Amino acid sequence: MNSHEKLSYINEIEKLKKELKDKNDLINQLNNSLNGDEKLPKVQSLDYSLNKEAISNLNNENILRYSRQLILPEIGVKGQLRLSNTSVLIVGAGGLGCPSAIYLAAAGIGTIGVVDYDEIELSNLHRQILHTESRTGLKKSASVAASCSNLNSSVKCIPYHTVLSSKNALELINQYDIIVDATDNVATRYLLNDAAVLCQKPLVSGSALKFEGQLTVYNYQNGPCFRCLFPKPPPPETVTNCSDGGVLGVVPGIIGSLQALEVIKIAIGLPDTFKQRLLLFDGLAGSFRNIGLRPRQKNCAVCGDDPSIKELIDYEQFCGAKADDKGKNLTILEQSQRISAKEFSEILKSKEKHLLIDVRSPVELEICDLGECLNIPIGSIEKEDQLKCIENTIKDNNINKVFVVCRKGNDSQIAVKFFQEKLTSLGICFQDIRGGLYAWQKSVDQSLPLY
Amino acid sequence: MLITLEFSGGAEMLFDNKKSHEVNLPDTEKWTIGSLLLWIRDNLLRDKPELFLQDDTIRPGILVLINDADWELYGQSEYVVEAKDKISFISTLHGG
Repeated sequence: MNSHEKLSYINEIEKLKKELKDKNDLINQLNNSLNGDEKLPKVQSLDYSLNKEAISNLNNENILRYSRQLILPEIGVKGQLRLSNTSVLIVGAGGLGCPSAIYLAAAGIGTIGVVDYDEIELSNLHRQILHTESRTGLKKSASVAASCSNLNSSVKCIPYHTVLSSKNALELINQYDIIVDATDNVATRYLLNDAAVLCQKPLVSGSALKFEGQLTVYNYQNGPCFRCLFPKPPPPETVTNCSDGGVLGVVPGIIGSLQALEVIKIAIGLPDTFKQRLLLFDGLAGSFRNIGLRPRQKNCAVCGDDPSIKELIDYEQFCGAKADDKGKNLTILEQSQRISAKEFSEILKSKEKHLLIDVRSPVELEICDLGECLNIPIGSIEKEDQLKCIENTIKDNNINKVFVVCRKGNDSQIAVKFFQEKLTSLGICFQDIRGGLYAWQKSVDQSLPLY
Repeated sequence: MLITLEFSGGAEMLFDNKKSHEVNLPDTEKWTIGSLLLWIRDNLLRDKPELFLQDDTIRPGILVLINDADWELYGQSEYVVEAKDKISFISTLHGG
């Protein structure tokens, strides 16, 4: 190629690059105008003070709007006014927070504060039903506030884009009348419980996983708090989050709706709340069960007669777990026991003899896989017949390299450590694929679905 | 003595994912929840007993119910089990 030709190629490349940039700008511009009809509200700082001017009568529009609940004798004008003078803080703008917030907005609660530190992802939409496709990447708190305001513009919606922490919880909670625990992790649940007790606010607590849900009202009318029931946090390894355990969207939908109902009952002062009671919902069995709970415990560390907790503590340390549901990143293997996704792809290309063990559940394996493998779910690696199966496969096929893969690269390490110990006699090297399928998708094959 | 054991909220995963178990306790002794817990560990639990029991009592995060009521209302592990009782073990959920 002579220098003249070179120059013309370079010019051509520059021209195409510019065209590409112009087209990208156009795409962004079109996207913006497509979503331009929706502007999410600004998130508020924590020191934003609620203007609590009491509303003393209902205008004609409100009477019509709330007429179907207004004519319930338990509610009436008095109850409706109580609702409009009540402020509720919803902590967590997810599967529980969404239905809870929208029913409270519909019912005419005066003020709804929404706390969440997170942004919307596509995998949230099946249960966090106020968020939309066009809002992915945006702040969850602002999204919930926008949806509530759209439904009922007379409700004051205040989004807070922040992590609820021991530093800010009291200041925030003190401003509200009723607190809704719509969070997704143990540390925040203890934090919220203690803060609610210290501020003397009722806490309407919901939780959901898989097909099951639970609902209770804590710290209300001398009933028990979360700590009365669970003085000690659960061992972190026994706690499952929605990302690992799965959850059907309707289940938090039902529990979140019930949380809204409890808030309304508390705001109006109706009896028979879930104070000192626990609702167990099993969506698969189609059963609702009502459990009688212990009363407030005199020796409770926070709400007892002589409490040892008088200010908020470090809850991540107390629970031995992070205050989110994002899952952990383990490092338990030596570098020599690990291989990158890229390196494993080279082994696949070279057709080098090996065994791949996938330790995900069979239902996950159906979603996607890295080709031929032995499926030994992490929950059953300790079973004798599974170990035997690995041993036989290795012996029958003269294998001397075994790789273990999972979704994110935690379980695969646990499995490698276990196999290496139990199958030492085989004298072969087990390695885990660092970062699992997530790493494979990032560095080898972008077409692999993530879940 | 026939009783029903129930596991839910994830506790069933320690028991072959079966939520309800009809069990027949030997009539040789007086059964308390305390001795029942050890019987469950020795007879029903497949593996990982530490995810169910710690220091011979139920691990933190599992609520024990006696006929749909908190065991705290019945003296916890001292409660004497009667025929046809339903004893439930509810692991608390934290997802949302």
